Amino acid sequence: MTISTGKPYEGSMENQDRDSQDTGPTAEAYMLPSAQPVRLIDPQGSHVHNDKYPLPDGELLLSSYQKLVVGRRINDQANALVRQGRMAVYPSSHGQEACQVAAAVVLEKQDWLFPTYRDTVAVITRGVDPLEVLTLLRGDWHSGYDPHEHKTATQSTPLATQLLHAVGVAHAAKLKGENTVVLALCGDGATSEGDFHEALNFAAVFHVPVVFLVQNNEYAISVPLKNQSVAPSLAHKAIGYGMPGERVDGNDLAALLSVLGKAVDRARDGGGPALVEAHTYRMQAHTNADDPSRYRSQDDVEKWVPRDPITRMRTYLRQLTVLDDDGEGRIAVAAEDMAATLRNGLNTEPEVNPEDLFNFVFTEKTSQLREQSAMLREELIRDAALETVEP
Amino acid sequence: MTEATLEVEAAKDSQPSQPATTVTFAKALNAALADAMESDKTVVMFGEDVGPLGGVFRITDGLTARFGEERCFDTPLAEAGIMGMAVGMAMNGMRPVVEMQFDAFAYPAFEQVVSHVAKMPNRTKGKVKLPLVIRIPYAGGIGGVEHHCDSSESYYAHTPGLTVLAPATVRDAYTMLREAIRFPDPVVFLEPKKLYWSKETVDLEELRESFESSDSPQTVGRAVVARAGTDATLIAYGPSVPTAMAAAAAAAVEGRSLEVIDVRSIVPFDDETVCTSVRRTGRAVVIAEAPGFASVASEIVARIQERCFHSLAAPVKRVTGFDIPYPSPKLEHWFLPSVDRILDAVDELQWDER
Repeated sequence: MTISTGKPYEGSMENQDRDSQDTGPTAEAYMLPSAQPVRLIDPQGSHVHNDKYPLPDGELLLSSYQKLVVGRRINDQANALVRQGRMAVYPSSHGQEACQVAAAVVLEKQDWLFPTYRDTVAVITRGVDPLEVLTLLRGDWHSGYDPHEHKTATQSTPLATQLLHAVGVAHAAKLKGENTVVLALCGDGATSEGDFHEALNFAAVFHVPVVFLVQNNEYAISVPLKNQSVAPSLAHKAIGYGMPGERVDGNDLAALLSVLGKAVDRARDGGGPALVEAHTYRMQAHTNADDPSRYRSQDDVEKWVPRDPITRMRTYLRQLTVLDDDGEGRIAVAAEDMAATLRNGLNTEPEVNPEDLFNFVFTEKTSQLREQSAMLREELIRDAALETVEP
Repeated sequence: MTEATLEVEAAKDSQPSQPATTVTFAKALNAALADAMESDKTVVMFGEDVGPLGGVFRITDGLTARFGEERCFDTPLAEAGIMGMAVGMAMNGMRPVVEMQFDAFAYPAFEQVVSHVAKMPNRTKGKVKLPLVIRIPYAGGIGGVEHHCDSSESYYAHTPGLTVLAPATVRDAYTMLREAIRFPDPVVFLEPKKLYWSKETVDLEELRESFESSDSPQTVGRAVVARAGTDATLIAYGPSVPTAMAAAAAAAVEGRSLEVIDVRSIVPFDDETVCTSVRRTGRAVVIAEAPGFASVASEIVARIQERCFHSLAAPVKRVTGFDIPYPSPKLEHWFLPSVDRILDAVDELQWDER
């Protein structure tokens, strides 16, 4: 079998020389994940030393902590807006905000983020206008922002399909010689999809700079992880593709920043793709349409409350004295500002243009779409005429 | 015919071209790919066995040697992977051309095609364009085993957002593939396998110059009158066009003048050319290999009845494949539209009542 990846990728296929007599590091030595999820701050807020992953500096931790608090506020406010009927649906990432924030923070401006429907907080943290982000979930259009403007793909609803797009963006970036890393998000359920397998395999074979972050929140709607996979961990799957896998405490913002940061740096330096599994928990229902009492007990959920990502980071930063009452006050104001932006934005009803239905299917409308568009326009004119007559 | 013998057959015809010489359909496609890659550095070609082998039908013959492994390369054997990676590469400034090795082997990519290729530009209000081409060797008539002969055009034509093209001549093979690669939106490009070895006397250099001297599409959305006639209109595309032409030639011997329309652009569909012809002749037969139920042929019939009803002297007939899975090689000739079946359909167009 020849590895037909094109020789510009030469030198990066360290795992391909299967006949080599060199006694370098075995694949197992660097592709298998740690025995336990990497943790730098424990749930009590104490630093846990790790030889491989240094603790990020206080400044990065503080700025990321603010994003964490704001992220929680986004989730809570969005849930409220669904209850008030201002949004159609909101898949909350409550409890997973550390993953959301870290995924956005470790990327540079020129990098790409590929989010799923549950990654609204990551997209907003990346810098996309919150109201443009929520266009999807309030039902105005399928996506409200320009993916090229913030190098952030649309939020993918089909599972794992976006991972292949991430590989393609990275492949193009590599061919063009761009200094671009792509971070692609998915959940534990999505690792069962064929596209997950194909994306990891393509990324490894073409040796492209993609970091795959699996947020293992233990449930795919109602189905627990044990029904998805009996692998030792989802991160263990990496070695099967010839890339390193790592697992990390998904409620530990410091550990996520360190592990993801290292994977991103490695990808940027030409080291190829990596798979990171973040162990976290979906604290709330899948969406407002879900009834979790049918498949999990409240006791199970309560076990995760003491592991909350905000509590431990706050405790640690207070101990470190980089966070004081004033700082907490400023962060609370920032969170309330964000909540107000969401409330005010979603309490206005934006105009939707029915004729847009036809405007973007093709660059140039087909004659069939021109006919159908004209038909709708006539209906609108007729309806408008009736409205003016009736009162 | 096995895959291996197909390859040998195709290989025989992959010789370098000369001006105004006999050129196969396969060679015209190969030249179109090479010229597109030469004129636009963002064009990349990938799929299964398209590298050093040149594809199982040799359509990508010589491209890796000429343009390098970065621009024409083999992928792992995974069609969804090929398709999904093409989406991402198109998002990041490339013009990917992918080969699905056979019609029925494209189905693993169907979710990517339907959920993302077709919808991404609409989803993003045109902010993300996907200028990519999905080349699919398709349809039957080559004695292929199961999963090698499907006529899958209806699946794609039914999906809003896809432009679906099916050339039937050597000239169109070249020009339509060039237009597909230059097109701003995703194109499903259906290559009738049985026509790969068909030949015409063509000057590929002249075709190249003609294409490159104009920015506007000449074939996308435009059907063509392949044979002029006055008594009835045969409407066909892709592999059925030569069959329709043969039927028209046979009918002429019997004194009946049949016009043949080569649809060639299934989406966008050229209502005007089709309806102009049918209004003039008053009779029509639509011919396609795919099973007729809920098919492109059905759609064409419906459009004619809606638009040309008062010009029709008889109900519009269809000659299509039966509503069965594609048959095995010894049985396929009973399935495929034939000259006799087309002439029978023409005979049934209520000539006595005129």
